[in-house]
Amino acid sequence: MSSRFFGFSEMAYILAMVVYITHFAFRKKAVGVTATGLAVFGFVSQTLAILLRWREFYMLSGMGVLRSIPLTNLFESIIFFVWCLMLGYLIMEFRYKNRSFGAFVTPVAALALLFINLSGMSTQIEPLVPALQSNWLLAHVTLSFISYSAFALSFSTGLMYLVMTTDNRREGAYIFWTVALGIFAAVLIAMGLDYARFHAAMNSNSFVKDYLFKSTYKSGSSAVQVISYLSTAVFVFLVWRYGHALKKIIGGFNLQSSVLDEITYKSVAVGFPIFTLGGLIFGAIWANQAWGVYWSWDPKETWSLITWFIYAFYLHARFLRGWKGRKIAMVAVLGFVAVIFTYLGVNLLLSGLHSYGSR
Amino acid sequence: MKSFLDKVWSFFSSIKLAIVIFALVALTSIVGTVIEQQASYAENLRVLSSLVGQGLAPAAYKVLYALGFMNMYRSWWFLTLLSLFALNLLVCSIDRFPAIWRIMRTPVKPIAPDQMKRMPLKDEFVVPGGPDSALEKAVSAMKSIGFTAKSEKGPDGSVQLYAQKNAWSRSGVYVTHVSILVILLGAVLGVFLGFRGYVDLPEGFNANIVYSNNMDMSDPSQVARRASLLGALYSGNGDLQTAAQSLNESLPDFEKDLRSVGVIPLGFQVLCQQFQVQFYGQTDMPKAYRSLVTVLENGKPVVSKWIEVNHPLKYKGVMFYQSSFRLRHDLSNGVAVLGIRSPDGQTETRKLKIGQSFSIPGTKETVKLTEFNPALAFDDAGRAETYSQMMTNPAVKVDISGPDGARSSKWIVQRYPETWSLPDGSSVGLTDFWGVQATGLQVRKDPGVWVVYLGCILLALGLYVAFFISHKKIWVRMAPDKKGTLLTVAATCPKNRHAYEREIEKLVKHLKGGNQI
Ligand code: HEM
Repeated sequence: MSSRFFGFSEMAYILAMVVYITHFAFRKKAVGVTATGLAVFGFVSQTLAILLRWREFYMLSGMGVLRSIPLTNLFESIIFFVWCLMLGYLIMEFRYKNRSFGAFVTPVAALALLFINLSGMSTQIEPLVPALQSNWLLAHVTLSFISYSAFALSFSTGLMYLVMTTDNRREGAYIFWTVALGIFAAVLIAMGLDYARFHAAMNSNSFVKDYLFKSTYKSGSSAVQVISYLSTAVFVFLVWRYGHALKKIIGGFNLQSSVLDEITYKSVAVGFPIFTLGGLIFGAIWANQAWGVYWSWDPKETWSLITWFIYAFYLHARFLRGWKGRKIAMVAVLGFVAVIFTYLGVNLLLSGLHSYGSR
Repeated sequence: MKSFLDKVWSFFSSIKLAIVIFALVALTSIVGTVIEQQASYAENLRVLSSLVGQGLAPAAYKVLYALGFMNMYRSWWFLTLLSLFALNLLVCSIDRFPAIWRIMRTPVKPIAPDQMKRMPLKDEFVVPGGPDSALEKAVSAMKSIGFTAKSEKGPDGSVQLYAQKNAWSRSGVYVTHVSILVILLGAVLGVFLGFRGYVDLPEGFNANIVYSNNMDMSDPSQVARRASLLGALYSGNGDLQTAAQSLNESLPDFEKDLRSVGVIPLGFQVLCQQFQVQFYGQTDMPKAYRSLVTVLENGKPVVSKWIEVNHPLKYKGVMFYQSSFRLRHDLSNGVAVLGIRSPDGQTETRKLKIGQSFSIPGTKETVKLTEFNPALAFDDAGRAETYSQMMTNPAVKVDISGPDGARSSKWIVQRYPETWSLPDGSSVGLTDFWGVQATGLQVRKDPGVWVVYLGCILLALGLYVAFFISHKKIWVRMAPDKKGTLLTVAATCPKNRHAYEREIEKLVKHLKGGNQI
């Protein structure tokens, strides 16, 4: 039952993305209203879906209501992340009466949901393993995702800032954002290929990392590997070469770059304390209860710390070294790359590399 | 000389150093997450091969090994980096304290009109009426947004109201920084005053020592010394006093020796009464791992508790955590705990080993236990097999023989009560098969953890104040004007400017509206 509503919300967000971008380009009121309508519809369906899943989980697990909150696996946490992001965005849209950011936020939401399909991760309701039966864990996951949503917002505006303010192809900031965007897109395309190739053969027991990049960078054939790397390089080159086109589009936004800079900082200023409390402190308390060590330098913890240090870097560089504009926007973008890696990379890449992942 | 010290001081208090350290900790940590920490050579060779290729991997390993990356979070250079970070924070905090203190203690002062014009938030307008009526309204307007204003008369007949609030919030950033020092201090206390160990206890066994997690097993002489000390302990039946005597040592010396080879005497005993895995329904999905553990002082039980993941036992500052379990190799010491119900409804509990038999009261049948299987399954040909290395589906096989000698045999499976009934109407249920599992407990003592938690609370409070409470100042100047009174409003606010702007708007509305009555 819940999966149907998840389907609705995914469709609605993808459509909303298209319509927001159209609105962005043509600025017709009716288009804008349609976009908002779709986003609201998607949000309502998603809320319903989460509540239904919560109920299903509650019935199945036989645990308390709070314990049954659907935040126990990768799938559920991505759904929650998108939900927070859209909630934050819709509040912003209604308060500031501005739809422009929709063209940047809805793609993040839609991509996150598409990523669920592309990676073929399990969407089953699974009972909680003993280590996860903790209220601290619940608080930890919930707050972490709220902070991730804030960081996602700062990423969107930071990236927009970079796109808007760079034009020289030899400039570091320009190279930075085109390469980052290019690699990001290439990785998604590679995952799409994996999906196309392995989806049929997959069952619910095979895990994402078993086939991640197997049709491209980690293919059995070295020729395919070489071609994959080469085409990624060509792709990144093309983004670099024609990145200006994006600037033209965003230029039409009529946004002041100083506003973007401000929103980037504001989102970090909200995300940082929440991440510190929820991501680091509550995580440490939970670990201490479950294993008796509040900090053990495992890759997930270490990557959270790396993320934290990058945002601390952002705050200090901005306030005390007077870093402004492009330099600091790059740090914001980098911070979110670390967030994504903390959440997905550690699970999908590092654990694939280490032996505990294959056990 | 002084200037040299000054230089050192300003080096350690500089933000530039902080930024460099942030970057270095982040970058080196990345390497530490790619290399598997404290793993075997083969393991990391495999990791490196998949990154740099088979050919380069051994060389890469050598380089990274020499740099300490195989256990980098404990390497001297990483600890130096963290110490530098702490020193930086400490010096910076000491350096900044007087300034923060001054800002928090300094009352606001009236400012000159041209200074007001340079403030980030300002407004200027004329209201009808004289300065006196304006003053009264201004005082109440400022009160309405939470400021208690003082006033000062200027030489030109003007009056200035000035106020500030939340000056204390300047300490937020300071508390944030100090809290990180507190957390680091707690971590250091934990390292020096605590220990991290583990103990593996089969059901029915107890221990008065645990093994440190940080014992370096690569030094053969240490390993040999440990073996000989443990040997002395075992030949004294685990009694520390006896073992110390056999080595002609005092007890404290013997305990010190044990600690130096990673064996930690607890000062009491822990006994594992029972270990259990509970499952969701009849699936093999574990719902809980639990051990019933009893603490003994001089052989006498003091406390008992079911330890579960997320629910440790605490005794005398030592915490026991459920961390692993295993099935023992030798299943022959196991005891089946059977719940027997005779046809007329009488029940009794019996504990039997494999090979033993019993008769059911009220019947003439004899039941003999012949086999135990921790995870019973049947293959295609109907033969019994064991499908996992844990007690997922424990079952005992029994031979039932009547008075006439007729015999049959069947499996009694713990999970499936329908297998418990015997032909004559009695039933034999398997409640447990005790003594074949062992629980693995992590044992920790960390007196620093409360300091760490205190630091965490300070960190959360500090960040809240630093980001969400701002030090606001406001000045309102009233000067006589041709058409009434010229009001100049000026304000500063380092954070959350939008919210403050709205407050100021409210104030201005109040000031303007008040005179229209
Ligand atoms: C990871 C550790 C650290 C954290 C989490 C942290 C956190 C913060 C935060 C949240 C702020 C306020 C920024 C803002 O208003 O947006 C700040 C400011 C500041 N930090 Fe840190 N900091 C850390 C380490 C350091 C270190 C090592 C130094 C040493 C030089 C330092 C020096 C400063 C200074 C001088 C300010 C400005 C204070 C002010 O504006 O009054 N910080 N820090």
